[in-house]
Amino acid sequence: MDFSFTEEQTLLRNMVQSFVQDNYDFDSRMKIVHSDEGMSHEIWGQFAELGLLAAPFSEEMGGLDGGPIETMVIMEELGRGLVVEPYLPTVVLCGGILNRHGSDAQKEAHLAGIIGGEDIWALAYSEPQSRFNPADVLTSAKADGDGYVLNGTKAVVAAAPWANKLIVSARISGDQRDSDGLGLFIVEKSADGVSTQDYPTVDGNRASEVTLENVAVGADALVGAAGNGLALLEEALDHGIGAVCAEAIGHMKCLNDATVEYCKTRKQFGVPIGSFQVLQHRMVDMFMEYEQSVSMTYMVNMKLSEGEAERKKAAAGAKVQIGKSGRFVGQEAVQLHGGMGMTEELNVGHYFKRLTVIDTQFGNVDHHLKRFAAA
Amino acid sequence: MDIEFAPQDEDFRAEVRSFIEENYPKHLVGADRGDLSKEDFLAWHKILAKKGWVAPSWPEEFGGTGWTVTQKYIWNEESASFGTIPPLPFGIGMLGPVIYTFGNQEQKDWVLPGILSGETWWCQGYSEPGAGSDLAGLKTKAELDGDEYVVNGHKIWTTLAQHADWMFCLVRTSSEGKPQEGISFLLIDMNTPGIEVKPIITIDGGHEVNEVFLTDVRVPAKNLVGEQDKGWTIAKFLLGNERSGIAGVARSKKAIDRLRDIARAELEDGKPLLDCGAFSRKIAELEIDLTALEYTELRTLASESKGQGPGPESSILKIKGTEIQQRITELTMEAVGNYASPWVPQLDRGDNYLAIGPEHAEGVSQTYFNNRKTSIYGGSNEIQRNIIAKMVLGL
Repeated sequence: MDFSFTEEQTLLRNMVQSFVQDNYDFDSRMKIVHSDEGMSHEIWGQFAELGLLAAPFSEEMGGLDGGPIETMVIMEELGRGLVVEPYLPTVVLCGGILNRHGSDAQKEAHLAGIIGGEDIWALAYSEPQSRFNPADVLTSAKADGDGYVLNGTKAVVAAAPWANKLIVSARISGDQRDSDGLGLFIVEKSADGVSTQDYPTVDGNRASEVTLENVAVGADALVGAAGNGLALLEEALDHGIGAVCAEAIGHMKCLNDATVEYCKTRKQFGVPIGSFQVLQHRMVDMFMEYEQSVSMTYMVNMKLSEGEAERKKAAAGAKVQIGKSGRFVGQEAVQLHGGMGMTEELNVGHYFKRLTVIDTQFGNVDHHLKRFAAA
Repeated sequence: MDIEFAPQDEDFRAEVRSFIEENYPKHLVGADRGDLSKEDFLAWHKILAKKGWVAPSWPEEFGGTGWTVTQKYIWNEESASFGTIPPLPFGIGMLGPVIYTFGNQEQKDWVLPGILSGETWWCQGYSEPGAGSDLAGLKTKAELDGDEYVVNGHKIWTTLAQHADWMFCLVRTSSEGKPQEGISFLLIDMNTPGIEVKPIITIDGGHEVNEVFLTDVRVPAKNLVGEQDKGWTIAKFLLGNERSGIAGVARSKKAIDRLRDIARAELEDGKPLLDCGAFSRKIAELEIDLTALEYTELRTLASESKGQGPGPESSILKIKGTEIQQRITELTMEAVGNYASPWVPQLDRGDNYLAIGPEHAEGVSQTYFNNRKTSIYGGSNEIQRNIIAKMVLGL
């Protein structure tokens, strides 16, 4: 048993950490969030130069041959900086699907664009009625000659305003919530029939409602076997869970540090408020929630490559932990900062908001409790 | 013990209900507080002022309604279940009682009518950057110069100061003795030179609170309420009033009804979320907590009507009331699933703006974020627990 990081992993962490510190302080982050575009292509280009966008891909494809632990290290550090650039959808979700299940031709065609920073991807899987069930798909894929024609609406697609490429889940056969019959399709956002309604989200990110109207794609757009899309999608979402757990422990760590620091310096009644035992215990609880979350984050990321049943249970359990702990730490950090915690000006509220969205992303606590119990 | 309302109370309920239904401004039905203009805030206030119902909590001689405790309770319940925008608390709930209790005749004559009519918008200059929970640590200084005070300092979290005509303000007039001694209660015209109001944007994107900077602001000495250096008594009196009514039971009931409607419309695997055991149990738990709070409030009211004023027990109402409000906003956000995250500020919506997701999802996250303030303001819930520990449990 070994919970230590390799030298390479430590170097990777140090590199991302100092990049974020030097280039992504809170003011810079807020400037990016408030810009028209909502992300920085300059930062994205630097991610490419640093090799971050290559991390999980094989060396023969120009990648760095990393696994979930490398992704975890990167996401945790991006979390500390509240980075909005779409690492998760591009590299972890869509890049992961292509890497694990893409044909040689698909990898050839698409991975270089991810690694080089030219392309941004979004995973369009949820629908207005689907809530957290990825099998609940009304978007249809009708076989048409060699290819398919897609029709439907995808809801709250993270990073879609920035993306030029999408992976879309669509039903080739079966009923609305059947687990068989789904396909994952590569769709150019500029393709005829694709339209988006773009908007900001509460955590400083951007998302879209994506409408597909008679979008024609070739047979080469389908990733994996026809009808087997759900398995690929669930696996990708579990990898997404591993990544957002890491992002969330980055947020929690920053919130806990900021709260302890604030309580040491903020004086009321002539003493630092951190001298009050009731607040000390509250911060101890926050610390324990963080430590438990770190444990579950390590656990899930070590188990992502295991068999399906084990992976699913690990992901569900970790997501429940992160959802509960993130909510507790976020709410208490705001409370202990008092009025200051309520302000847009302080970073505390922004960590809290991102943690709030993470609680819902890929399914909330109730959803994963049920999934865990059924696993 | 008896929890039935008397027949005359039911008649009263029917009367106030039909008054609200007939007179409440149509364009404000269901309006969100975040989007209100100054005129919107005051519209219902002014209608109630004409009817003579704007200040039920005041003694009749100063413009109150003369209602019994039960009638006031019914009024609050009916107002909340209709979802009215309550009259501004700063004048009616806070300053008014201070003036008729501590003010001189001249002050009663010029302050109270403006509060009742809605003509004067008051704001509360209490907190300072260094004086939040520890209010007595305030430093804003007022020095007497002839027949004027010269005020210098910095107030913060001043709610809706951007609309205010006047501010009631705690200032330090002496630094001798304990911090509580040497505080005075001063009325300041917001148009006086030397006052600057700076907005604070909160995490829900709203502009509700402000910083107020006071630089050599000259205030006539006659604007002092009560005695110089004895303002702490007034400050405490006011905070006690601020706590009562904060339970918000009727408004929480309405919010739970709305939550249930949303959970009925939201689907999980094709079935209403409300039929999902885990979620309906959470709503049930909330409702039970709220029922307990309702009866706790009724017990407080019953002893009040026997002449026993609201004691430190009212801190229970603040703590439990705000915890329940926060939990409702949390569950409402949870209910709408993925559609909790879209956030298009009102200002950024063009003419072609299409709503994103179901209508009931709009603004639920902002409301959740905004409501985190309720356990911080009005004496944080930690301070309220200190009050109970000290004053009730004798610890």
